[in-house]
Amino acid sequence: MSSQYLALPRLSLRFFPIWRRHWLVWKKIAAPSILGHLADPVIYMLGLGYGLGSLLPEMGGMSYMAFLAAGTVCYSTMNSASFEALYSGFARMHEQRTWEAILNTPVSLDDVVLSEILWAATKSLMSGAAVLAVIWILGLSHSLMSLWMIPLALLIGLTFAAIGLIMTALAPAYDFFMYYFTLVITPMMLLCGVFFPVTQLPASMQIVAGALPLTHAIDLARPLMSGAVPPQALLHIGVLLAYTLVSFYVSLVLFRRRLSR
Amino acid sequence: MNAVIKASGLQKSYGGNRVVDGLDLSINRGECFGLLGPNGAGKTTTLRMLLGLIAPDSGTAMLLDLPVPQAAREARIRVGVVPQMDNLDPDFTVAENLLVYGRYFGMQDSEIEARIPSLLEFASLTSKRDAKVPTLSGGMKRRLTLARALVNDPDVIFLDEPTTGLDPQARHLIWQRLRELTQQGKTLLLTTHFMDEAERLCHRLAVMDNGKLISQGTPRELIEQNIEPQVVEVFGETSGQWANEHAANYAQRFEVSGESVFCYVQDAQPLVKQLQAQTELRYLHRPANLEDVFLKLTGREMRE
Repeated sequence: MSSQYLALPRLSLRFFPIWRRHWLVWKKIAAPSILGHLADPVIYMLGLGYGLGSLLPEMGGMSYMAFLAAGTVCYSTMNSASFEALYSGFARMHEQRTWEAILNTPVSLDDVVLSEILWAATKSLMSGAAVLAVIWILGLSHSLMSLWMIPLALLIGLTFAAIGLIMTALAPAYDFFMYYFTLVITPMMLLCGVFFPVTQLPASMQIVAGALPLTHAIDLARPLMSGAVPPQALLHIGVLLAYTLVSFYVSLVLFRRRLSR
Repeated sequence: MNAVIKASGLQKSYGGNRVVDGLDLSINRGECFGLLGPNGAGKTTTLRMLLGLIAPDSGTAMLLDLPVPQAAREARIRVGVVPQMDNLDPDFTVAENLLVYGRYFGMQDSEIEARIPSLLEFASLTSKRDAKVPTLSGGMKRRLTLARALVNDPDVIFLDEPTTGLDPQARHLIWQRLRELTQQGKTLLLTTHFMDEAERLCHRLAVMDNGKLISQGTPRELIEQNIEPQVVEVFGETSGQWANEHAANYAQRFEVSGESVFCYVQDAQPLVKQLQAQTELRYLHRPANLEDVFLKLTGREMRE
């Protein structure tokens, strides 16, 4: 691989006009978009929370609904960043040729990729905040500590946007994304502690879960929602940041290679 | 002369296939320069290298006195691009497309807003200011793409097949606008495979094939240097037979293509006289044009 692809990211504030472009598009479809952010996670949370919750006395020292609430914020945040980075990102790169138009101006590919990550994280932030608002309204979290969920949603968004963009850089077509959702996103939702504690899994699967970013996000979220300082918080933040930075760099190298024709 | 685009020895290969092969080019300020060539000749790759979007394997390129791709960002502040395929923002109105695009150049919203009315007028889109892009016709989209390329008031404009896919009315309007831009002193570099477009618009032309420039000059020079001045086209079922028996006696050069024979001659009179006696053949006598040059230089066989 040619060395010009491997250069470190050269970041600038020129990403900001691109972020504003995405924001302007989003404002035009804000109502269905907010509904989309809310409907799926809230239905899961309420359905499982009331349905399964009535059979379970408690989980992890809290009501099942409250247990589920922390996991729901995290996985809905993961999902919105992933969908944005994969499907919408691919549309902008490939189908609509939005990137091509932008790259003809004094904006570089590094700025474009940075704007994609920050925009997908912005969507995560909105999605996380919307679910959090429902949780507050339902009285499932009473602690001001749960406000820390907002910056956490941004961090989770950055992580999954960066990982997702690797897929976008490799994708020949939209169909390709099914592999990622089936083999990466869905297993994470089921293994990383959204619906039950990771400690219920066999030891070998716990090791796998421990390496996955969503586990670390949930390990931060669940104590915060019930008003406690998360144990090993720096470790979990460090893992999420490492996933973000490495994935950003890898996706950038892959985009540089892909768009060099 | 003041060259605003300069390339020397540009070379680019993809997977062992040399797409651009030792290209030298110099385009002066205020000039409209046309790059002609069949599909796959390397025209778009050349434009992308001159814009600094891709790095050449070897050779150097200068755009507005700045080396590209090293200083491409600085150079592109004063450049506009009309791409081959439309890449307007479908979610936005006509005016929003211009506003959002101007921001990529670091322009203030007030500065862009002040330019939008004149850009819309230039593109004959004033009444479409608030129309969404998917509701525009193909010609309107092209004109909006042209207006968008002018949002930063560039000195140099790159146009990659600006009228492909347009109807004659839409093409003529685009041509008129491009002529206005050259009159304003802008430098235009355009690719096309419409010879009439090249002949009408361009001060100078280069014909490109297999990654190389094979001829270069004003439209008239290209015709004079490469081809006999007169062409007689002969049509009819027996044209092939006629060509075998007579064409070489009258024409310096001739080509048979299906039921047509193209005779290239210095003086057409003897040939025309001979043809007037052939009742089963029809003929057309005309001066040689760029299309004849193009076909001679790049061959008649299909590409791709």
